[in-house]
Amino acid sequence: MNKVLATAHSEFIIALRNRWVAISVAMMVLFSLVLSAAGSAPTGAVGVDKLSVTVASLTSLAVYLVPLVALLMSFDAIAGEIERGTLSLVLTYPVARGELVLGKFIAHLAILSIAVLAGYGIAAVAAIATDPNALVGIPALFRLFWSSLLLGATFLGIGYGISAFARRPGAAAGLVIGLWLVLIVLYDLGLLAAIVADDGGTFTTHYFPWLLIGNPADAFRIYNLAVSDATAAAAGLTGAANSIPAVHALISILIWPVIATILAWQIFRRVTP
Amino acid sequence: MCLTLSQVTKRYDDHTVLDAVGFDVAAGERVALLGHNGAGKSTLMKIILGLVTAEGGTVSVHGLAPGSYRARMQTAYLAENASFHPSLTGQEQLRYYLRLRGEDPRKAASLLERVGLGAAANRRIGTYSKGMRQRVGMAQALIGEPKLLILDEPTSGLDPVSRREFYVILDELAAQGTAILLSSHALTEVEARTDRIVILSSGVMVANDTLANLRQQASLPIRLQVSAQRGKADEVAQKLSGERSNGVIVDLVCNSEQKLARLGDISALGPLVDDVDVIPPSLEDIYSHFSKRGNA
Repeated sequence: MNKVLATAHSEFIIALRNRWVAISVAMMVLFSLVLSAAGSAPTGAVGVDKLSVTVASLTSLAVYLVPLVALLMSFDAIAGEIERGTLSLVLTYPVARGELVLGKFIAHLAILSIAVLAGYGIAAVAAIATDPNALVGIPALFRLFWSSLLLGATFLGIGYGISAFARRPGAAAGLVIGLWLVLIVLYDLGLLAAIVADDGGTFTTHYFPWLLIGNPADAFRIYNLAVSDATAAAAGLTGAANSIPAVHALISILIWPVIATILAWQIFRRVTP
Repeated sequence: MCLTLSQVTKRYDDHTVLDAVGFDVAAGERVALLGHNGAGKSTLMKIILGLVTAEGGTVSVHGLAPGSYRARMQTAYLAENASFHPSLTGQEQLRYYLRLRGEDPRKAASLLERVGLGAAANRRIGTYSKGMRQRVGMAQALIGEPKLLILDEPTSGLDPVSRREFYVILDELAAQGTAILLSSHALTEVEARTDRIVILSSGVMVANDTLANLRQQASLPIRLQVSAQRGKADEVAQKLSGERSNGVIVDLVCNSEQKLARLGDISALGPLVDDVDVIPPSLEDIYSHFSKRGNA
């Protein structure tokens, strides 16, 4: 465990010096502020507290931003070490590859949680300051926080897997951006197109719910919006996914980090520096 | 034996990189691994470290499989162009490596001091020169008094003074019983600094002996360089049946048995000769002799 923590400590210093901590915190804070400013107008009419509305908008933000930040931090983790030539030295040390990946994972997850905490915290303060009823939404915010970390953990694992597979930082960067586009942006559009084409057939009733919760980002969105009071504020596919029980989505967001991390470790095990 | 190699063979596709290489390194012994670029030196070292697996043959590090946890505990490595994360300071980098070996991170300062980096310990490695990075590499190789030290062209990029300091540290380690295997291009520097020489040529081991024995086996000719009096070079060349290389120098070539007789001939010329130099075959000559034999 000491070796895992040593790796995590070293990676954290590197991320601090490379300004990754500053960049991810700034990104989350900036977008959260924009959202809470934009979301402050229509509250009264909906009749829910302001923090719940903020959580609903933060959910839509996190679906895009958390995977992006996680992938940007992780794509260089192994490919960068191969390119710099530092990997072959560290692999001659009495440390298991799993320990190295776990150390990086802990450091990057810590940075992600700082960024998410800062972003959501500021949005929450803004909501509570203007609406005394907003404290009702605290559990929803807490749920959003830990599920965001699970979503981030999934994409950190995927990022390490791609990094080990690509072996070059340039190729890894291209692959993670492509993956982000496919999983986060195009996936929903594709499902939407399929539903329209299917027009209420077997695809919509049988396969569509599974395809939706099979994607970690969609599962995250469904879970957070389904259990929150602010489903009315939901957009996109979630309306169509109302039939999916929240517990299925929860299982998906719990299993994905495990799958992604094991996958990353397995790919990394086969890397020859 | 600290390190035993036998019949080690490695192929990439249909290209044989190492062909049945076998030798030992005992505790406290310093063995130089010589060979052209692409002769298989780095691959052999990576096999010993467990970074690459061999197709055939056996490698044992203190009786352990290469790359096993316990073998890695006892083995240190330094590559040519040692590289580290540029954002970390030398001190932070060494503290990390110490913790990976289960050692006290506070030893970092004294290790950096030992390789002459005490003053730069708190500067980022990104600001270091190539020689300073190589010293960081040396410092990490000293962690935990390794029983086996694998050095892949460790002195490339070091200035002559740093090289000498580097070999002083190596001598100390060897005296403590560390087995050292190092590869180098700088043949003259391993000449005085190693106990034995292994020469690889296109993946085949063509020599494995002390320098003195290799010299004898090769029985390469000795060069005698005679400086004649001004204007007498032609006369000297004719009398000694040698070759005139410029206005005053006459080159003679002989084997070791003829050497004394030839020197007698030269001194018999008396005032015609100014000076004479005896040039034994250099490590370069011996090295190319054995390398060529491997290719034939």
